[in-house]
Amino acid sequence: MMKKEMIAMLLAGGQGSRLGVLTEKVAKPAVAFGGKYRIIDFPLSNCINSGVDTVGVLTQYQPLRLNTHIGIGIPWDLDRNVGGVTILSPYEKSGGAEWFAGTADAIYQNMAYMEQYDPDYVLILSGDHIYKMDYEVMLDYHKANKADLTIACMPVPIEEASRFGVMITDGNGRVTDFEEKPPKPRSNLANMGIYIFSWPVLKQAFEDMKGTPNLDFGFHILPYLRDHGSRMFAYEFNGYWKDVGTLGSYWEANMELIDIIPEFNLYEEFWKIYTKSDIIRPQYVGPNAVINRSLISEGCDIEGEVHNSVIGVNVTVEEGAVVRDSIIMGGTVIGKGCRIEKAIIAENVIVGQNVVMGEGPEAENVLKPKVYGFGLVTIGENSVIPDNVRIGKNTAIKAVTTAEDYPNGELPAGGAIVKEDGK
Amino acid sequence: MRALGIILAGGNNNKMRELSNKRAIAAMPVAGSYRSIDFALSNMTNSRIQRVAVLTQYNARSLNEHLSSSKWWDFGRKQGGLYLFTPTVTASNSWWYRGTADAIYQNLDWLKRSHEPYVVIASGDGIYKLDYNKVLEYHIAKRADITVVCTEMAGDVTRYGCVKMNEDGRIEEFEEKPMVATTNTISTGIYVIRRRQLIELIERSAQEERFDFVKDILIRYKNLKRIYGYKMDTYWRNISTVESYYETNMDFLKKDVRDYFFKEGSKVMSVVDDLPPAKYNPGSNVRNSLVASGCIINGSVENSVLFKDVYVGNNCVIKNSIILNNVYLGDNTHIENCIVESRDTIRANSYYCGEDGVKIVIEENDRYPL
Repeated sequence: MMKKEMIAMLLAGGQGSRLGVLTEKVAKPAVAFGGKYRIIDFPLSNCINSGVDTVGVLTQYQPLRLNTHIGIGIPWDLDRNVGGVTILSPYEKSGGAEWFAGTADAIYQNMAYMEQYDPDYVLILSGDHIYKMDYEVMLDYHKANKADLTIACMPVPIEEASRFGVMITDGNGRVTDFEEKPPKPRSNLANMGIYIFSWPVLKQAFEDMKGTPNLDFGFHILPYLRDHGSRMFAYEFNGYWKDVGTLGSYWEANMELIDIIPEFNLYEEFWKIYTKSDIIRPQYVGPNAVINRSLISEGCDIEGEVHNSVIGVNVTVEEGAVVRDSIIMGGTVIGKGCRIEKAIIAENVIVGQNVVMGEGPEAENVLKPKVYGFGLVTIGENSVIPDNVRIGKNTAIKAVTTAEDYPNGELPAGGAIVKEDGK
Repeated sequence: MRALGIILAGGNNNKMRELSNKRAIAAMPVAGSYRSIDFALSNMTNSRIQRVAVLTQYNARSLNEHLSSSKWWDFGRKQGGLYLFTPTVTASNSWWYRGTADAIYQNLDWLKRSHEPYVVIASGDGIYKLDYNKVLEYHIAKRADITVVCTEMAGDVTRYGCVKMNEDGRIEEFEEKPMVATTNTISTGIYVIRRRQLIELIERSAQEERFDFVKDILIRYKNLKRIYGYKMDTYWRNISTVESYYETNMDFLKKDVRDYFFKEGSKVMSVVDDLPPAKYNPGSNVRNSLVASGCIINGSVENSVLFKDVYVGNNCVIKNSIILNNVYLGDNTHIENCIVESRDTIRANSYYCGEDGVKIVIEENDRYPL
């Protein structure tokens, strides 16, 4: 097999449980973002735009959508004779079968994949951030420092730094210490979870750490390297970078795209974001439609009103419906006369006529108060909402519902209807 | 596979006016996200025709670019493929294509080397959906030598080939672009013919220095060969005049036409451009229009088709117009009854209005003045 200077390993196995019903049936990297994209499109596009053409995607949780989306990598030009994209799922070994038990463990279990390419460097990525980054520049930095490990870091306000792993560096960017979610952070450089390892160093670390349960980069590999005096450097990144780990931050990041000049600009010719798109037909805007400050994707039929929203492919907004401050993913239908406010509606949902969502007071969610907050209505894929019902704030639905599911025609604020298998 | 495909995409036509200055008609953008030839190509692949040749010579660069990868129509396969044949100088030939029959003659090797029993010939400027297998079945049932797909067209049909059939469907009269039309049945330029029959007819025509498929084969052999008409009653338009091009695009604002092409039955395929969703900024006011991906809209758009990557500035008013790919419209611009040529840059405060008929706007200003 041909040698590759740097290969990427993309961790895409996480559930992203804080996205609630959105990740019930799909892994977080496969969740739709920005209308026509999925979260994993961003690191994959970064790879090909940075000249990294060999990418192993590690899957574990609900991989079907992810596998279908990635396929053989055609949309990202990652269908290569040598290299390209490879889906790496957990597999059975002669000693028995095991799942990927931690971030580093997942990589370790795929040593054979990496060794095929005899790489000098291995780039470790995660599949749940929205950003544009040139990994080649980061590699140059790694080489210039003769580093063993380079960690991409983002300066954050010091008061927020305690939410992250922070890197403490000397004046030259060399990491002297680090802390995981420190109550009193000594630095504001947040670890972005993007690593470049020199291959021999990573291999040696795996060799020595073999057998550690739940082998993790942050908890095991980094301390190991620190204790062995390895050359670790922090690569400062000052662009847009967004973790879309919670429904609140997911909603916010989508809304930021519709600013007049968004901080994260999808319209630049340079550094395009690629995705698999089957729908190419234009959108149709009806004679009575009103669209204001919104992103609307291919194949939509908009007859009603859309304000401050991000709309995926093939969405229908029927006449008289008003959609505000919402995210509506591909294939969903919003019936006549609906009023939708601050909702996240996943793929292929059917919302009946005159449904009112997201109005009224807030109340804590009965099911998972930490997940379904932010005043949002969250509806999982393939759900059905009957005509004439009212759905309050901080609610979650993932089911084919009928009028009987709504006593008094209402799902009050904080309510939830989540049925097994969506039935 | 039962049939090969040939798409005649060589043509230019002065009725396209300036629009064909920079591209062959088959490469004309249609319905927001497509090119004219996508319809014939999609019909081919949806009819499971896997080997398709596109014959082209006039201003083919734009067409070549569009066809540079055949994967979009699912042709890039081990069995079959998409072939692009432009005229080349060979030991025995130094001519351009002197006509449609000559174009096929110059690529006769390809036909001879193939093993499919039938050939479907289509043109690159028709907007329609058709399962060619149905025509082929008709062709076989009628034991025809050539089957011509025909349609009824209202209004003036003198720019088409006009056809009269007998009760059995056999074509008895065929007049190309008649001075006065005596029928509303016209040829759509889609033909089915047995491959060996085609080779024989083309070779004989070439010997006689005859080069046109319609005049020198269809009309000339009308009484000698069994030439049948297959009546197609679904949507079909030819876009090779400015007026029909404009109207065909505007047809897509009608729900039935849109549903027919976009939602029902087989899919029309085209190149995927990786453009972001269309963005509607404050001040945008869009009504009864088609908007393709990559557009950024700040002004008013009514009864219009915006192709990919169009930028509409603040306070612009666009009415009853077609804005082709990658056009930049500066602030306060008024465009009415126009076709704006692709890659145009319209300066702020411009005014264009087609007073009687459609106006073609070509403005090659610098988009980013230094």
